[in-house]
Amino acid sequence: MPVYELRCRECGKSYGNIPQSICHECFSPLEVFYDYEAIAPSFTRERIAQGPASMWRYSDLLPLPDGHKPALPTGFTPLLNAPRLGAAVGSKSLYLKNDAVCMPSLSFKDRVVSVALAQARAFGFEVVSCSSTGNLANAVAAHAARNGFQAWIFIPADLEPAKIVNTQVYGAKVVRISGNYDQVNRLCSQIADEHHWGFVNVNLRPYYAEGSKTVGYEIAEQLGWRLPDNVVIPMAGGSLITKVKKAFEELVRLGLVEPKHVKFFGAQATGCSPISTAVKNGKAEIDPQKPSTIARSLAIGNPADGHYAIKTITQSGGWSEDVSDTEVVEAMQLLAENEGVFTETAGGVTLGCTRKLLRDGRIKPEETTVLCITGNGLKTTDVLVDKYETEAPIAPKLAEFEAYLSKTLALPEAVAV
Amino acid sequence: MAITVHIPTALRRHTEDTAKFSCSASNLDDLFSQLDTKFPALKPHLRDENGQIRRFLNVYVNEEDIRFLGGNGYAFKDGDEVLLVPSIAGGLFS
Repeated sequence: MPVYELRCRECGKSYGNIPQSICHECFSPLEVFYDYEAIAPSFTRERIAQGPASMWRYSDLLPLPDGHKPALPTGFTPLLNAPRLGAAVGSKSLYLKNDAVCMPSLSFKDRVVSVALAQARAFGFEVVSCSSTGNLANAVAAHAARNGFQAWIFIPADLEPAKIVNTQVYGAKVVRISGNYDQVNRLCSQIADEHHWGFVNVNLRPYYAEGSKTVGYEIAEQLGWRLPDNVVIPMAGGSLITKVKKAFEELVRLGLVEPKHVKFFGAQATGCSPISTAVKNGKAEIDPQKPSTIARSLAIGNPADGHYAIKTITQSGGWSEDVSDTEVVEAMQLLAENEGVFTETAGGVTLGCTRKLLRDGRIKPEETTVLCITGNGLKTTDVLVDKYETEAPIAPKLAEFEAYLSKTLALPEAVAV
Repeated sequence: MAITVHIPTALRRHTEDTAKFSCSASNLDDLFSQLDTKFPALKPHLRDENGQIRRFLNVYVNEEDIRFLGGNGYAFKDGDEVLLVPSIAGGLFS
């Protein structure tokens, strides 16, 4: 076989390398399979350490065309130890994988788009496209600009204004659809049937999804080439959690980390929780939902990888939680105040669920737990506007400031002076 | 009473390139039975070994996921437009 190729995840039929996402025999998703024996000699800790400080240090385990030259240093985001946050939520070993600062569009979607666009070029597409809840729209638009593609982006009309502007600024054509993400996604499936476009999450999806594995590789390397006890991952379409698992399994298989039983925990907003509902009810399949949550980046009611996300969670002995919109905003504030990390609503979902999992004893305080923070808070400031008062300005006079300080600290004026 | 079923590109090689199909199915089970009869080559792609509709095939009626309309309990109405969409489908190379 070539170093990598597409095969059906269920019936195993081989498809080589083509822009196609489903098996024509059984409609199951296609998955990238690798010739690990061919890769093993070069995929070593030493070789990786000599690589660039980006996700491209793991290129051997990504489905990239021969001679691919990345245009951006995406990935290799910080893994932060979070002791103050840990104390606040009851964990003694808490880490944040901070993709709120992923290059260039400030979410983990930069990773997947990097890989998808490498293949889009190889397949000869001139237009790249996606259905998106926002972050993917930003990433496709930015990477398209950087790599010289035209971009057509399809979004639900009610998306956060920042995510729309953050797409338009790159010159992408944004098509607002009066419907939810699931309806946008269904439309894109039909458009992809009619137009010769590279839809990153439709016909390029098997390649695209592999970019998410780099989150897993980085967590392991940044923990000193060991696996954590638990990972908590936000779930929209459900792909990321399955790909972090695949990454860990590949590292074990290639001997870069010791085998370890890692528990996978999935996080959703209660207003869009098809996966967590299925896990809680012991079901292997999701029932689709109509999303209603401020966590719009996770608002996918019919997650394409729902079945596999459920499997990943339950087989690992993990669990899935969901939190209310109020808890999402509280968690965003908690994270920012304790660790200086400003995440979007999806990060609030992840932390809010982690808090519940710790409270319920599903995650133990002494276990090493990594939270995947997948996007930046600057994109969803609308949920915070009523949380902080805009105070009346004071005159540029020291006395005025001292008076203000006294009032604020509720201290006697003499002490403040 | 007639409904129109739209066949996605991925399936048309099993329908002799038929993209649209009119029938008078009363509900989802009836529709799949009629598809089985009309396009025998399609049957193994629509149903698994146990005769169940395949997990990754979504059915929409007038743009709405049929599961929100009651699934098999939904009675088709005259003029309904039915879309069969593999859950992550699409692509001109298909």
